[in-house]
Amino acid sequence: MLKNKEMDKVLFGDNQFFAVNHASDEKARAQSIRFKEDAAIIKVLDQAIDLGINTFMCTTHDRIGTVCDHMRSNPAKYKDFNIYPCMPYAHKYANAVTELGILGTIKQYVPGNILGTFAKGGMAVLNKDFLKLMELLVDAEMKMFKGIKTPVIFIQNVIVDMILGMKMYDVLKAYDAYIREKYNAEPGYITMNMPLLLDTLNSLGIENPIICSSINKIGFRMSGGVELYEKYLNEKQFRPIAMQVLAAGALRPKEAIEYLGKFPKIESVLFGASSKGHIKETKELIENNL
Amino acid sequence: MIKGAIIGLGKMGLSHVAIVGAHSEVDLAAVCDTSTLVLDAFKKFSKVNTYSDYREMIEKEALDFVVVATPTRFHYPMVKYALEKGLHVFCEKPFSLTTKEGDELVDLANSKWLVNQVGYHNHFIGTFRELKRLIEAKVLGDIVHFTGEAYGPVVTKEKGGTWRSKPEEGGGCLNDYASHVINLIQEIIGRPVKASGSLLKSIYSKGVEDAVYGSLILDNGISGNLSVNWSDETHRKMSTSLTVIGKKGKIICDATEIKIYLKEANKKEGLDKGWTMKYITDFAIPVNFYLRGEEYSAQIDNFVDCIVNKKQSTYNTFEQGLYTDKVVEMIVEDAKK
Repeated sequence: MLKNKEMDKVLFGDNQFFAVNHASDEKARAQSIRFKEDAAIIKVLDQAIDLGINTFMCTTHDRIGTVCDHMRSNPAKYKDFNIYPCMPYAHKYANAVTELGILGTIKQYVPGNILGTFAKGGMAVLNKDFLKLMELLVDAEMKMFKGIKTPVIFIQNVIVDMILGMKMYDVLKAYDAYIREKYNAEPGYITMNMPLLLDTLNSLGIENPIICSSINKIGFRMSGGVELYEKYLNEKQFRPIAMQVLAAGALRPKEAIEYLGKFPKIESVLFGASSKGHIKETKELIENNL
Repeated sequence: MIKGAIIGLGKMGLSHVAIVGAHSEVDLAAVCDTSTLVLDAFKKFSKVNTYSDYREMIEKEALDFVVVATPTRFHYPMVKYALEKGLHVFCEKPFSLTTKEGDELVDLANSKWLVNQVGYHNHFIGTFRELKRLIEAKVLGDIVHFTGEAYGPVVTKEKGGTWRSKPEEGGGCLNDYASHVINLIQEIIGRPVKASGSLLKSIYSKGVEDAVYGSLILDNGISGNLSVNWSDETHRKMSTSLTVIGKKGKIICDATEIKIYLKEANKKEGLDKGWTMKYITDFAIPVNFYLRGEEYSAQIDNFVDCIVNKKQSTYNTFEQGLYTDKVVEMIVEDAKK
């Protein structure tokens, strides 16, 4: 069982590769220029590996598919390397819903022709078998990682938080079970509402879950506020991963990561960087403080 | 606890379901849509009551408010019905298809003293609020020009779409995207009274524009440009910005940062000569539940707060939403010339 297998302290993220910058659209654009070629992404990943980082936590962006192809064709080099996929790449679906509507989006992304009654995806929609549909979408997103180690599989905050707000808890339960069964992996949850999510998962009988959420001392993207988050980090049973630790650049790395050191429960820190110097500095800070 | 319901379960409607559903002062009692696929998902997984007829829902549920997030052409009958039944209404943008209908809804809401709000969420982004404050504090001195922009990748290839590609139903880049920018200009700099040189350009869509360019003249005499394109895939998601140029400097503001350039330091505001950068981290409005951005929760918090405390909203009233519709009409008329 992978259940309580340790996660690395340092998880390398992918926002920098895909022009995601929570503080500046301009910086985001500069990143999009720098990482135009897939080779530029692979080069930075290789630098991270050289520095001893072994886990890449990434969205199921189309371009990650190319990175996975590269890994599969160099098995020796990446044999110790893990990917924690985070699904789905939500903008793909959000833009599709605006353009095609909800049914149109399902038609576009569920494998198989929806109108063909014998296609698995079509059947799931026609029978309104929503959990089957969820499984099909998970499988579609996971396709690109075939043959690559994915010991933890995350759902993105936009979906987790949407389900949480809509109180459609059975979907979380089904996802949790499906990831464990089909992929022999630990399900992970990204959220902007950590306390609410943890309470909810516990109420569903999901104990000690892996939850990735913003953790920084200024309370940026921490719904309910810093104090509530600190209480949960001190008192509750779960496996926290800290993200947005620099609060979109408002905090300096040293103070930000020293703050995380106050909470022994935090298992890992997710961060992204584009330069070798930055990666090295942040990695050392994390390892020295966590 | 107040009782609410959501009408229309598309992208914005589902987002409202989650935000309203998570609100500690609200009991989300029901949802309404015509899609049996979506309603069946609610029947199966959630405890809210489901309806395919909003009138039946309003009759049966003893609600305090509804959120209307249907395609624009349904706003008028639905909002009207809800107001007549004495419900507070949050309506998605754009507000109305015709300003005649919009005027009627504004009068009805005001005469019944019901809380009314339109979903122009940018006003709940801290950076834009700070821009408004800085302009009101005369940091830029006399304003000489503005540019309002929004770009994003909504329609990036040629193919048929939903109601959003039908102008008569409130679709198109002008109604959908540019309205956000117009509304920001209107509330932060001044109300447009004239459109000139308006260009509505189709790039990939048929029968509807994908980009809007032109000039706006405001009630305070300030003029500036509008540049909006929803077929621009160089942006990962919708990015909206305002640039305001004054005699004392310039401010560029978007959802994540404010860049201020001043010819001379402003001691009162603590702003240096030259560039000062300010980030959203200093201005984000705290919320108890987050989905896709603080602003979506903050606007609902404001709406609920107004209902609970029996006061009118100062942000995004129907009247403000309707004014944006009027500017949209000015642009459409000008583009025909």
